[in-house]
Order: sequence, then structure tokens, then C-alpha cells
Amino acid sequence: MSTFQHRQSAHCESGVMANLLTHAGLPMSEPMAFGLSSGLAFAYLPIVKLGGMPLIAYRMPPKHIIKTLSKRLGARLHTATFRQPEQGRLALDRALAEGRLTGLQSSVFWLPYFPPEMRFHFNAHNLLAYGRDGDDYLLSDPVFEEPVRCAGADLQKARFAKGALAAKGLMYWVEDVPAEQDWDRLVRQSLVSTSRILDGMPLPWIGIRGIRHLAAQIRRLDPAQTKYNRLYLTHIVRMQEEIGTGGAGFRFMYASFLQESGALLGDPALNDMAAQLTRIGDDWRQFASACVRQSRNKQGDSDFNAIAGMLESIAVQERELVRRLADWARR
Amino acid sequence: MKLDEVPQDPNSSYGGHSKLLYAVDEQGRYCGTQSAGWEPESYSTQLAVAQLEEQEAQALTEWRSGQASPLKCLMYRYRLDEPALAQVTGFWQWRIRRHFRPAIYRRLSAGQLTRYAEAFGLDVAELIRYQQELPR
Repeated sequence: MSTFQHRQSAHCESGVMANLLTHAGLPMSEPMAFGLSSGLAFAYLPIVKLGGMPLIAYRMPPKHIIKTLSKRLGARLHTATFRQPEQGRLALDRALAEGRLTGLQSSVFWLPYFPPEMRFHFNAHNLLAYGRDGDDYLLSDPVFEEPVRCAGADLQKARFAKGALAAKGLMYWVEDVPAEQDWDRLVRQSLVSTSRILDGMPLPWIGIRGIRHLAAQIRRLDPAQTKYNRLYLTHIVRMQEEIGTGGAGFRFMYASFLQESGALLGDPALNDMAAQLTRIGDDWRQFASACVRQSRNKQGDSDFNAIAGMLESIAVQERELVRRLADWARR
Repeated sequence: MKLDEVPQDPNSSYGGHSKLLYAVDEQGRYCGTQSAGWEPESYSTQLAVAQLEEQEAQALTEWRSGQASPLKCLMYRYRLDEPALAQVTGFWQWRIRRHFRPAIYRRLSAGQLTRYAEAFGLDVAELIRYQQELPR
């Protein structure tokens, strides 16, 4: 596998898909992989708890990008999961011996090359394996600057970690992908579904209604619960920035996709919408700063209304943008 | 976010790594660029880590004084909580809470301890040893 080029990405799943497709003969940037699979979303799920905090997501659930993108591009994707860990190890060795670039789902916690502060139990981390050197696997983890190495036993533990979103050793590769694509249709299709996800769900926790819901939750925080409030607000920031979103909860990556599509299709309207989304992303960054400022504030004079107000203003702007996206896609 | 606004705050939680962010240049064109860290973000990460460490320290005191079994301390040490540990081991949460009682813990079978040992990535012999002795 000498021709494989590692490329750093902001997010694991879109990065893995972009690198897999590029390797299979369809050059693709990470923002394009993310945008064309309609990865952008917002969800506030109070029932799913992460360390006692509600799940807040700025993108579609794991595996959405892999499935949607290969379907839309007409790529043939080979996938396999394993009941017996040993079989999973053998299958990976076989694929690597055949010279295949193989995508793997694994748990962040058991990958020793991650810095200790980042090692949380998240089972849906994607990375690529491109070779073996003795007992070490040669991995291209898209969120790292350079390719990394991982001992066989550690990788095995990471691939077969149990719990929520367990990978069951999932491995996948692209068999082939058509080099000719109808980009206009693909972009329109992806914008229609993104506009439906963000502003067309009959549920109060998804999309723009989800953003408003989060704002209402922040407004309702009890100022006396200082410790909980600090953890709650910084939890939002972590979901927005820490977990590899390319900044401001994937908004900048999606804006980059709109811009690239605009150039590809020669339509300045998309470029214009990209600029609008960049401004919204900047507001998200401001919101994150405000959350942390509030958490730092030891005096306890809390101004949750101001923070919630920022979110509500973001919701208004996103709704306006989503309407423009939908109008453009149906034109 | 503009390229010159991309934060490069050292002393972050990335362990010396950089991650990729998307930002616009002077002409408003997007490009991927590396960031060494953002202070509000590392503050948030450190707060979450500190919370787990605090819970672990408290559970360790309880373990030493014989008020709780080692499982509670190890759960936090390996960054789990009760729902997560339940999913990994396949035990119901009420059973896990019961196993936090030292007297119950001492009666657990090797098979049950193996499920915990796997979740923590430890050797089961260690958990069996803790049935007899307290940590130093």
C-alpha cells in the first residue's frame, strides 16, 4: 500500500470516507464527504445520558456518513462485523495482506496513542489501517497529523470494546466507486435532506427546535446548583468543539462544503450561503466562550438569560439559512 | 472564523498534538488549518477530567476504609459511570450498586469478576486479590 496518502481531518468519519474514496479513485475533500452525506444536524437528547449529561450532537449519528455517502455515490462498500474477536483479527490481517485500505470502528479509550485527557469511552471512532509491521498495525487515524502505530493487542481491545455503540470489530472498504458523478444532483439531494433534518422534524429535540430547546433548558438552570451548571455548560462546549468537529460544531466544515460546491457548479449563491454560515459558526464560538466564562465565574452571579438569548439568535439565523438552502436545492 | 483567529493556545489537552479546523483566508476562501488548542475547550475538558478524578479519589477513600468495594473506585478510574459499566459488563445497574458493598464483593465468583476485569482491562487475579486485601 505504497500509494496511500495520510491526510489529517477534523472529524473521524468524514475523514475516513474522504480518504477511502480518494484512494479508490474518486478524489474527495473531507468537507465534501461531510456535506454530500448530509452530516450536519443538531440534536438534544435528554434520555441518552453521557456521564450524567444529556447527549448533545451537532451531526448525524455514527455510521450515517459511511452509509449515506456510499449509497449516494453508488459506491460498493464491503462491510463485516464479527461475533468472534479472533475472526475479526484474522479478517483484518487477510485484508491487509491483500493490500486493502481498511476502515475500522474502534473505541477511543483503548487506543494508546491518544493523549490521556482525550481517552473517553466513545466506541464509534473511525480510522484506517493500511499495513502491518511485525506486531504493530500501521494506522491512519484521520484526526492525527501523522500516521500512527498501534500494538495488535491494543487494537484488538479497541475494536471489540463492549458497551454503547459497540463496534463488534466493524471493518469496511470501498470495492469500487464510479468516477463520473452528477455533482449538481448530489449537491441538491444533500441540501434537501439537510434542510429536512434541521428544520422539518416533528420532534422538539432535533434541528432548530432542538437548539431552542437547549436554550430553554439553559434559561431554566437553577443558579444555586453552581457545580452542576458548570459541568452542564462545559459539556455543551465539549460536544461542540472537543470531539473533532472542525470548529463550532461542524458549521465551518459545512460552510466549506457549500463553498466548494459553489465553485464546482459555478453558482455564486452557494458561496454566499457559505459566508452566512461562517457568521453563524462565529456566533456558536461566541456562545461557547460565554458558557466557559459563566462556568469560571466564581461569584455565582449567573446570567443564563444572556447565554440562552445567544442560542435563540443562532436558531433564528440557522432557520433563515436552511430556508435559503432548501429554496436553492428545489430551484 | 478567519485564519488569523484560529486559536493556538498551548498547554491544552491535546497532549502536544494539533487538530484540524476549518477557517477562511483574507479572500473568504475556506481551508483546513491546524490549531494547537483553544483555551475554553481545554478548560471544559479539564473540568470533566477533574470531576472524574474527584469521584475516583472519594471512592478510593471509601475503599480504603472498607465502606465500598474496589469496583466503585476502578469504575471512575477507567472513566466509566454506572450506566456505562452496566452496558459494558451486561450487569443491571442495581446489581452493580450492590457489588459496591464490600461484603457482597467478597462473595463474587471468578466469572463475575472476569466481566469487571474485562471492562477495566485488568487481570482478573487482581480483582480476586482485592477480595482479601485493601489497597496500600
